[in-house]
Amino acid sequence: MGRKLQQSQHQHHSVAVKVNEQMGTKRGYTFIQSNRAWLPKFLLLWVMVMAFISTWIYKKMDADNKVRRKEVLSSMCDQRARMLQDQFCVSVNTVHALAILVSTFLYFKNPSAIDRETFAEYTARTAFERPLLSGVAYAERVVHSEREEFERQHGWTIKTMEREPSPIREEYAPVIFSQETVSYIESLDMMSGEEDQENILRSRATGKAVLTSPFRLLGSHHLGVVLTFPVYKFMLPTRPTAEERIEATAGYLGGAFDVESLVENLLGQLAGNQAILVNVYDITNSSDPLIMYGHQNQDGDLALVHQSKLDFGDPFRKHQMICRYHQKAPTSWTALTTAFLFFVICLLVGYILYGAAIHIVEVEDDFHEMQELKVRAEAADVAKSQFLATVSHEIRTPMNGILGMLALLLDTDLSSTQRDYAQTAQVCGKALITLINEVLDRAKIEAGKLELETVPFNLRSIFDDVLSLFSEKSRNKGVELAVFISDKVPELIIGDPGRFRQIITNLVGNSVKFTERGHIFVKVLLAENEKPVTEVKSENYLNGGPDEGVLISGARHFKTLSGYEAADEQNSWDHFNHLVMEEESRYDASINMEVADKASRGVTLMVSVEDTGIGIPLIAQDRVFMPFMQADSSTSRNYGGTGIGLSITKCLVELMGGHIGFISRPQVGSTFSFTTHFESCKKASYNDTKKPVSEDLPSGFTGLKAIVVDGKPVRAAVTRYHLKRLGILVEFANSVKIAASASRQNGSSCGSKIRPDIILVEKDLWLSGEDGGSSLQMFDGKQNGHVFKLPKVILLATNITSAELEKAKAAGFADTVIMKPMRASMVAACLQQALGIGKKRQPGKLMLNGSPVIQGLLCGKKILVVDDNMVNRRVAAGALKKFGAAVECAESGKAALKLLQLPHCFDACFMDIQMPEMDGFEATRRIRMMESQANERMHGCIKEDSASRGEWHVPILAMTADVIHATSDECLKCGMDGYVSKPFEEENLYQAVAKFFKSNPISVS
Amino acid sequence: MDVVNQMQRQFVDYSTSLHREGILDDQFTQLQKLQDENSPDFVVEVASLFFEDCEKLINNMARALEQQGVDFKQVDASVHQLKGSSSSIGAVQVKNVCIAFRSFCEAQNREGCLRCLQQVTHEYSLLKNKLQTLFRLEQQILAAGGSIPVIE
Repeated sequence: MGRKLQQSQHQHHSVAVKVNEQMGTKRGYTFIQSNRAWLPKFLLLWVMVMAFISTWIYKKMDADNKVRRKEVLSSMCDQRARMLQDQFCVSVNTVHALAILVSTFLYFKNPSAIDRETFAEYTARTAFERPLLSGVAYAERVVHSEREEFERQHGWTIKTMEREPSPIREEYAPVIFSQETVSYIESLDMMSGEEDQENILRSRATGKAVLTSPFRLLGSHHLGVVLTFPVYKFMLPTRPTAEERIEATAGYLGGAFDVESLVENLLGQLAGNQAILVNVYDITNSSDPLIMYGHQNQDGDLALVHQSKLDFGDPFRKHQMICRYHQKAPTSWTALTTAFLFFVICLLVGYILYGAAIHIVEVEDDFHEMQELKVRAEAADVAKSQFLATVSHEIRTPMNGILGMLALLLDTDLSSTQRDYAQTAQVCGKALITLINEVLDRAKIEAGKLELETVPFNLRSIFDDVLSLFSEKSRNKGVELAVFISDKVPELIIGDPGRFRQIITNLVGNSVKFTERGHIFVKVLLAENEKPVTEVKSENYLNGGPDEGVLISGARHFKTLSGYEAADEQNSWDHFNHLVMEEESRYDASINMEVADKASRGVTLMVSVEDTGIGIPLIAQDRVFMPFMQADSSTSRNYGGTGIGLSITKCLVELMGGHIGFISRPQVGSTFSFTTHFESCKKASYNDTKKPVSEDLPSGFTGLKAIVVDGKPVRAAVTRYHLKRLGILVEFANSVKIAASASRQNGSSCGSKIRPDIILVEKDLWLSGEDGGSSLQMFDGKQNGHVFKLPKVILLATNITSAELEKAKAAGFADTVIMKPMRASMVAACLQQALGIGKKRQPGKLMLNGSPVIQGLLCGKKILVVDDNMVNRRVAAGALKKFGAAVECAESGKAALKLLQLPHCFDACFMDIQMPEMDGFEATRRIRMMESQANERMHGCIKEDSASRGEWHVPILAMTADVIHATSDECLKCGMDGYVSKPFEEENLYQAVAKFFKSNPISVS
Repeated sequence: MDVVNQMQRQFVDYSTSLHREGILDDQFTQLQKLQDENSPDFVVEVASLFFEDCEKLINNMARALEQQGVDFKQVDASVHQLKGSSSSIGAVQVKNVCIAFRSFCEAQNREGCLRCLQQVTHEYSLLKNKLQTLFRLEQQILAAGGSIPVIE
């Protein structure tokens, strides 16, 4: 027990380890998952980068805007400057022209053709030409010596700008002609103003137009400049020097430019006037620019200024125009919104990505969690199965003890009450054991530990066995139980008979449990037969629907086995007949072929179990195959059981490579059908080996002929199936009369092929039929007249009362009544009895549970017991001796090896596993090695049959105290043939030994 | 005959008491069943073998445990042997102590081992006494011409 506990702990541990491993391998994190901590940082980085980019975008767009603005400004400014310049030049030119006019008419003509009035008129009339000039005037050059004369001549004295008589100077320039607009300057000496004087001097020296610096004009208080042109009194030489010019100077023509209005006009003509601010400066003295136009302190956009040079034709004077925008550059909304939107979009994108990543992380976390849980759940499931297996196993052992003790108790002298109690306890215990076995099975299947055997077995005998198991119950209930196996199903198939039997037992057991009337019909077909039948079935549904019952005497009769309606019509006569007929024709035709190819391929069987029980409620139908589910809770109350059977059945069927399904109609019945796959077995090859599974039916009936009198064709077919197995030819008859006439005809003519040796009459038909009870006289009467042998008339019945039996006997039936369910062997026995065929019972099988069996098995066998423990050895030897074996002992593996040196005469060896020096496994391995060497050598020479088997192989059975699965596996691995648990138990021992000695039954005794 | 009957009843009572006290189990009954005309002294033979074995093993263990560096493996092997023998003969108590003994051996717990050795010795001598009484009864029955009743 200690060891076991340890082992199980170890197992748990290994499960845990496995879980860990699985989790370890499955934790494949993705990139996102593994960098989850970085996600917020990534987001932050992204936001920052995006903010940077959007500022950059904004700046770029803003810069572009500024550049464009600047360009606009400069182009506007240049344009204005150019225009101003042009206009100015035009004005200058007109002044120049005037100057030439004056010089021409005043000096070149003699007498002069121009006087004050003329000048005034002319200038007034040509003022349109000079829109920029507020007025023009002409001042004559008067040297001091000429002053008096000049004054006299004109009648006024030369005055200074301040309108005072001019002081004495070297030279004067009094205005003599003037445009009307500026007539107030007449007689003023232009030379009296510092600036004017300078101008005049410069102009006469260069001969060009000269400008004054800006000043307030006298009339309008606009800023203005005075333009001065020299007027020469004679033509100058082509390249005059300054002296020559001064010499030639006669006077000066001046014009006042009203620069302010000039610029105003000009700007007024241009678009965009409002937007920009224009200032015009005189920058002759660059350190102190003089404003000519515009306000000095006008606010505006001081940041952006454009300067354009102005050339007014006076090389001495420099002017420039400065333009600014009226308003500061407006904030660039486009740039701002673009950048902002870009930022927002990027922010959103970033957030979405972040959200997605977070989501992924979460989902993956969930996924991992789920995976972990799944692994854990699976582990728990495995653990559960293991636990179940262990616990069931542990429970089984004491339960066996309890049952055994109860059995012993029942054998003792007990009062009836005590006996009743003990029996009840035993029944309960048996039920518990069955349940535990089922749970164990289920757990085994779930743990995948159930392995199917592959041994040849006889299908029909299995069905017979199962039927016999339930015959008592069904008979008590009055339920007809029948099996039909198609002829095409091969006799021997390879598979797991035990498990197959379990399936059948489960299904039939269920049916028996839930059926109170009617029948239970088991049908086995080759799966290929199934197809045409299902087709027919669907056709039938189309034509007539499921209601194919025929109304007979007020109650519905169906063409099923018992006449009750079944859930699935496949077994009703129409289909069944179709099937059987087809089968027969095909069988005859293709018998050779089938024998040929059946040997090579597998067969798929279609088994259906039909009952007319309570059926399965519709709501419960989909959970029928789930463990521990019964149709409803009341079911288990009424019928008992755990509901585990069907789930095991399903597992087993699936293990065998088949499917299970059912059709059920509540209150009508259920039909469970399943397919399984088996290898078919070649009979010839099989016969070589062993023989215990083959059907041992008596062969004495071959060639006999029988008539089955039955109103129900399905039932008749079942009867025929069993008789056919005995080699009896069968014909059907619907009533006793027909049968009788058939037997009569046979005597006289060739109406039918067979003359019946036996007539089997169904009890129902006999009792209910119009023939009544005495109809058998027909046979008698006729038979008496003939020489033919009297056919035996036998009654078939599910259950029969003694009164009925008496009646039957009186009516002339043979003593024997064949009780249903029919089994070939049982029928054979009955027929033997009835026909008086003097067949002795075959040397019957020995009772399996009694010790005579094991005694028989072991009797005369020589067995080697290997155990290091003296006491154990003695006990084992004693036990084996008790069963009649000759026992020899060895106290160690080495000693055993020595004894088992070939050739030896031991029939088996029981080997302890735990031994010092050389344990059982090792010893077995060596023995096997020895044997295989010997076998090889033997194959080399001519095969000499020395040990009645072809080869050396002594059965070695392990003796072990712990029967854990692993140990048994190891036993088999190292070449042992099985194991016996210590201390010996008879049954256990028998099971282990039977495998090897069954093949040579005791012919001695 | 009365005497025989009485002795037989005594025998049955005694052996059932042994079972009830948990000194012997079903295995011993099995042994008794194995005894038949061919081997009339089977149980006694096995039992004496067991006693011999036991004494030898107990001595071995005692010696091994006395030594300075205890060879627990050797002790364990002896305990295993003893466990095997005792379960074969159906000496439940001895077997149970052996199980505890083995776990101490595995833990290399010398104190526990010594304690168990004591227990084993105790159980063994108890069993030996009881069995010898039983055999004596058996002998007496046989000597009186009775048959040994079969205990189920």
